[in-house]
Amino acid sequence: MLEIKNLHVKVAGKEILKGIDLSIGPGEVHAVMGPNGSGKTTLAQVLAGRLTYEVTGGTARFEGKDLLAMKPEDRAREGVFMAFQYPVEIPGVSNAYFLKAALNAIRKYRGLEEIDAMDFMSLVQDKAKLLGLDETFMKRGLNEGFSGGEKKKNEVFQMAVLEPKFCILDETDSGLDIDALRLVANGVNTMRSPKRSMLVVTHYQRLLDYVIPEFVHVLVDGRIVKSGDADLARNLEKHGYGWIVEEAPRPQPARA
Amino acid sequence: MAVALDAKQTYVAEFASAETDRSGPSWLRGIRRSAIERFDALGFPTQRHEEWKFTNLAPLLRVPFKPPILGGPDGVVAEKLEPFAFGILKTTRLVFVNGRYAPRLSYLRPLPEGVRIASLAEVLRQDPGSLEKDLTRFARFQEDSFVALNTAFFIDGAYVDVPKNAVVDEPIHLVFVSTARDRPTVAYPRNLIRLGAGSQATVIETYAGWAPEVTFTNAVTEIVAGPASVLEHYKIQRESEAAFHVATMTVDQDRNSSVSCHSMSFGGALVRNYVHTLFRAEGGSVALNGLFMPSGAQQSDHYTRIDHAAPACTSLELYRGILGGKSRGVFNGNIYVRKDAQKTVARQVNKNLLLSKEAFVDSTPGLEILADDVKCSHASTIGQLDENAVFYLRSRGIDEENARHILTYAFASDVVNQVKVAPIRIKLDQLILSRLPKGAEVGETL
Repeated sequence: MLEIKNLHVKVAGKEILKGIDLSIGPGEVHAVMGPNGSGKTTLAQVLAGRLTYEVTGGTARFEGKDLLAMKPEDRAREGVFMAFQYPVEIPGVSNAYFLKAALNAIRKYRGLEEIDAMDFMSLVQDKAKLLGLDETFMKRGLNEGFSGGEKKKNEVFQMAVLEPKFCILDETDSGLDIDALRLVANGVNTMRSPKRSMLVVTHYQRLLDYVIPEFVHVLVDGRIVKSGDADLARNLEKHGYGWIVEEAPRPQPARA
Repeated sequence: MAVALDAKQTYVAEFASAETDRSGPSWLRGIRRSAIERFDALGFPTQRHEEWKFTNLAPLLRVPFKPPILGGPDGVVAEKLEPFAFGILKTTRLVFVNGRYAPRLSYLRPLPEGVRIASLAEVLRQDPGSLEKDLTRFARFQEDSFVALNTAFFIDGAYVDVPKNAVVDEPIHLVFVSTARDRPTVAYPRNLIRLGAGSQATVIETYAGWAPEVTFTNAVTEIVAGPASVLEHYKIQRESEAAFHVATMTVDQDRNSSVSCHSMSFGGALVRNYVHTLFRAEGGSVALNGLFMPSGAQQSDHYTRIDHAAPACTSLELYRGILGGKSRGVFNGNIYVRKDAQKTVARQVNKNLLLSKEAFVDSTPGLEILADDVKCSHASTIGQLDENAVFYLRSRGIDEENARHILTYAFASDVVNQVKVAPIRIKLDQLILSRLPKGAEVGETL
């Protein structure tokens, strides 16, 4: 579903990703873990299409198409969704308005008719219940005055409504108390299917207790230095990142 | 300078040649003469005047405006006014075409006893004594050239008089149409709105016109809010982008009165709004809520002055500008807290959104505080759309153009949400969306 090859990315002139290779098949859940500053969020953002990030080398193909050449909105319409680490507050645009605009933009791209108002309401109510969001929340401004937990729930809620093929979760567990974490994880798990893949970016293992990945990759200094299964995540939780950083191959000096 | 001088002489000469047309009671004729003399002495303001620093009047002064040719509503028919109504909202409606009452386009809804809504000219003919005390008392021509011109030349306007404790539920809609069929035309609407003690009313002033007619509207509205009265006032500026518009509004507030003034400015080549409110007794509150949205080559200038002359009054001012194209915007807010005005609460916020690199806004918030026990603040921002927010919307499948429109609309919503009358709010939403290049598409999903 997603093939990343030798991806290099610069942010503000500084190389952050230094050659990422990652292959994610249909239905697979991959976790990318790593210490702060290792490039996890850069990877998530560059796949979603953040424009301030400069791809200096490599490719990312989504279902055979050149993902990096697409505008952010087209990536979303093709079925890529990123749950933001820091969702933006937009007063004056209600959650309902925003979500309907997004859903219809995606439907239009796929040659579908705009969703009927009644169908939209019942869709939204079902998904909101799943995440324990109350009804008034749809009328509130987009993320306006939401607590950290509410914002994260809203991200997963949007994901549930938009039904992407490929979900990127960027530090979705940060700032969640245990009850919210369970609800969010449950929302994510409900969406797992043989046709939908996920990339879970996280510093801590705790989300992975609930959303159990098939593959775990450890990112250090812009490179994947170790890959394994869910046990690797548990090891990291127990022993920290230190041992992997020690083991990681030193960057080779550039050849003249 | 020569332009200003020539223009001045033209207006002064016009007064001399046509004074009989503005006849009225002798007290008013005397005031008109003083006003034109004062105008002659003042001349038009230039950018050397602090209050006009950012607005160049030359484009207005270059046009040889003439008073409208006397007669009927000059081709304005009811259908042309439909876009200026507010959906299902039932209102009393008074229409003025080029500053003259158009009875055929106007209608009164049932009103509480004693409420008087009429043409000012009619009241001047039939009952001038009822106007002598207040007409021209608040909008002082001594200091303002445009008020002086209006005072010298006005023919008609709206008179709204709500007696003690009367509550007018339905809004009163005053529509001022400017039209110029074959030559640039000037009109001087003059309004007097009086609320008796404990009374309540909602008044909407709509200024309408159609391109490419070149018109100049110089309007003055005097509002007198009696003790504990409640007024919701809306001024919606929807003249064409070929129109010139200078409007002065004065609000005189007695004890415990509560006034909200919403100023929504969309049309006009050159627009200047001056709002001056005065707390003459304690316990009053005023909300000045403004949105200006120029695009193309429009100039939109908003000057407000809130005079806290009495203790324990509250003023909340919220103005937002959204500027596109090569437009120019000005916000100049002045709050005076006089020495005895203890326990004053005054908050002023002006936020501006620039949609183009060539748009420009001058924001000058101002507070002058002579009392010591007050809570006052002011803030001003000028910025572009938040690119993080644009990316957030795009990452959900919304195209870039639409994302920008949605965020622009959201920027205006703060002001629009202050509007309590739902049909007016809906209308304003539509107007804002229609000003966005692809507004209709944003609207579809509302």
